[in-house]
Amino acid sequence: MEKDKEIKMLLVTPSPHIRAEESVKDIMYSVIFALIPTSIAGIYFFGIPALVTIVIATLSSMLFEFTYQKMTGGDETVSDGSALLTGVLLGLNLPSGFPWWGTIVGSFFAIVLVKLLFGGLGFNIFNPALAARVFLLISWPLQMTTFPRPAPLLAGESFRLSVDTVTEATPLTAVKTIMLSNDLSKSIESVTQIKWFDLLIGNRGGSIGEVSAIALLIGGVYMLYRGTISWHIPLSFIVTTGVFTTIFYLLNPGMSANPLFHLLNGGLFLGAFFMATDYVTSPIEKRGMIIFGAGCGFLTALIRQYGSYPEGVSFAILLMNISVPLIDKYLKKRKFGG
Amino acid sequence: MVGIFNKIAFRGGIHLPDEKDKTKGLSIQTIPIPERVVIPLSQHTGAPCEPLVKVGDLVKKGQKIGEGKGNITSTVHSSISGKVIEISPHPHPTGNNILSIIVESDGKDEWVDNLKENEDYLSIEPEKLKEIIRNAGIVGLGGAQFPTHVKLSPPKEKGIEYVILNGAECEPFITSDHRLMIERSSEIIEGLKIIMNILSVKKGFIGIEKNKLDAISVLKSTIKQSHTDGSRKFEIEVVGLDVKYPQGSEKHLIKSILKREVPSGKLPMDVGVVVNNIGTAYAVYNAVRYGKPLIERVVTVTGNGIKEPQNLLVRIGTSLDFLIQNCGGFTDEPEKVIMGGPMMGVAQYTLKVPVIKGTSGVVVFSKNSAEIDGKYQSCIRCGRCIANCPMGISPNLYGLYFERNMVDEAYASNLMDCLECGICAYACPSNRPVVQFIRQLKSEVLKKKKSGKR
Repeated sequence: MEKDKEIKMLLVTPSPHIRAEESVKDIMYSVIFALIPTSIAGIYFFGIPALVTIVIATLSSMLFEFTYQKMTGGDETVSDGSALLTGVLLGLNLPSGFPWWGTIVGSFFAIVLVKLLFGGLGFNIFNPALAARVFLLISWPLQMTTFPRPAPLLAGESFRLSVDTVTEATPLTAVKTIMLSNDLSKSIESVTQIKWFDLLIGNRGGSIGEVSAIALLIGGVYMLYRGTISWHIPLSFIVTTGVFTTIFYLLNPGMSANPLFHLLNGGLFLGAFFMATDYVTSPIEKRGMIIFGAGCGFLTALIRQYGSYPEGVSFAILLMNISVPLIDKYLKKRKFGG
Repeated sequence: MVGIFNKIAFRGGIHLPDEKDKTKGLSIQTIPIPERVVIPLSQHTGAPCEPLVKVGDLVKKGQKIGEGKGNITSTVHSSISGKVIEISPHPHPTGNNILSIIVESDGKDEWVDNLKENEDYLSIEPEKLKEIIRNAGIVGLGGAQFPTHVKLSPPKEKGIEYVILNGAECEPFITSDHRLMIERSSEIIEGLKIIMNILSVKKGFIGIEKNKLDAISVLKSTIKQSHTDGSRKFEIEVVGLDVKYPQGSEKHLIKSILKREVPSGKLPMDVGVVVNNIGTAYAVYNAVRYGKPLIERVVTVTGNGIKEPQNLLVRIGTSLDFLIQNCGGFTDEPEKVIMGGPMMGVAQYTLKVPVIKGTSGVVVFSKNSAEIDGKYQSCIRCGRCIANCPMGISPNLYGLYFERNMVDEAYASNLMDCLECGICAYACPSNRPVVQFIRQLKSEVLKKKKSGKR
């Protein structure tokens, strides 16, 4: 044995010989951690059905990833947290009363069709959770736009244990209904006169994870502070949405909602901080990120004002996802000495 | 951006864990003469040396025992006195076996006769100085080992304006230049003056990262004294640099100090600058002033695998084995032994390799503490490699190109600009061996060039 010690093997690997500690798993879990506030807000307002939806989405996403890899003999990647994150995001993108089977179909679409069939993490073109949201919206429009009424406990309501049959149009839907009806007797102003405080904390109809601007902001700031995301996409996305909704507001007096209403409604904060910033489906360099965010913001405002859907965040991000290779190709950093 | 805070830095780069605390306060120690030394005939860029001695010859310390043909080459010397016992290929820090001369010590440690001292070294002709430097076997001691006499012979039309001494020492763990600057400051300054004389340059800089404030102040006061002792006036400025890897890369040092950018594919002399390492200036002084060839250098021996980390003055050719014995041995079973720093150093498979001219340090990681390059994942496009790349290129692409054997596309994506500083692989959360991809692609490009397809 002493002799063995003499000729023991030294490890030889190429440089560098030290590594930063952050792994893919750490990054995924930091995003999941940042989603805790908005998940809590969603459960607070929509009760147990919200929690059940998130759990079903999460478990089914991980199960699909696991099963697919068992069937195709691929490497195990469930533990990297990416499927878990996709599941949580999908759950947060659904209305709290969404049927359980629909959630599972959504997970299958996100994990298998959008991600794994394109080559797995790193190769998907579209944000999986978002593509699934849009797929579900187009396939089951009724279920996807049936939003149970929020029940804030602080206002004396009891914690929701089952799906509330009382539903409520989201503020953006209410606005769009008036715009499409072209009925000038109804004023958009009357719809947009919601208490700002309610909009900030999330006391409004909407998907589980998109209602609370404050909770989303807390998660977003955490990710910015930790360096998980940079400011480029969320800021340019939100600012551009603000700029174009202002322009449309001025161009269409009486037939559009005010910009602040637009910023705090729909899925803008969820989209800007958590969906558009997905590394795989957004530009890799800073200048490209700004273009990407601005494109998302412009398309969001355009769809909300002129489209037939009340909300445009998901479509905007998916459209910009497709343009990422182009943006990356033409917006390269200047090289040193070049 | 430039100018707001007047930052002494460049774009990109990264803050690394420093790890220098163990040795930065320890003065340079000498160790006993090794029983034998292994002098590789290639410790420089360019044509290898040919042996000037045969097995059985007796040699003295400082005796020239190998010399290369042509201009881009150097010389090697015996670092001890004794007998040549073997001339054969021997493991070399690069990982290859290189023809080496093995000298067994006679225990006397006698200098070769007729070391030519020059008291009035600042009045020697440049050509004569370069001859001395070549014959002393001086090469870049920062690691690149480029022959110094060649570096000091730029074509006239380049119009060299400045000389910069590189005391950045940006690799974690390594403190050899740091200690040298503190303990041999006047020799370094005089060496710089000699280099400035050779290039007839009026202004010199010494760039030092601001984590070495003691070295900065020592050099500043040494310069003040040397200006008052009546010698010819040399304008020398010490510049404190932001602590950011790779501050010690020639191109980035020039950018930080002079705001000049060496164009892609060009050399520092193309922007009127020559950069030399601190240790090189020290070796130049010793060669010119005392006639002593380069037979020893300072090596930091450190890492959690070493019992008593130290900065040692070591004879060239000393085996790692002997070096480590003189640092109290290993703490535990060693897992990885690195020649150089952890970012750009080379992992060794045997402790028989000798210290060579470019060895600034030896870092030993003990059992279970080395980063094992095992599995890596797909690129998730996080962009950390791009954001931190000091060359402003897109390292993420090279892995994709390598995996698909797209050599031409890699070449077209600025592959050859890469310094191999290692930041991309360091920062990669997917654990991708980016530098290795790049090296492989580069070698494919060179193969293609050789076969005339490029």
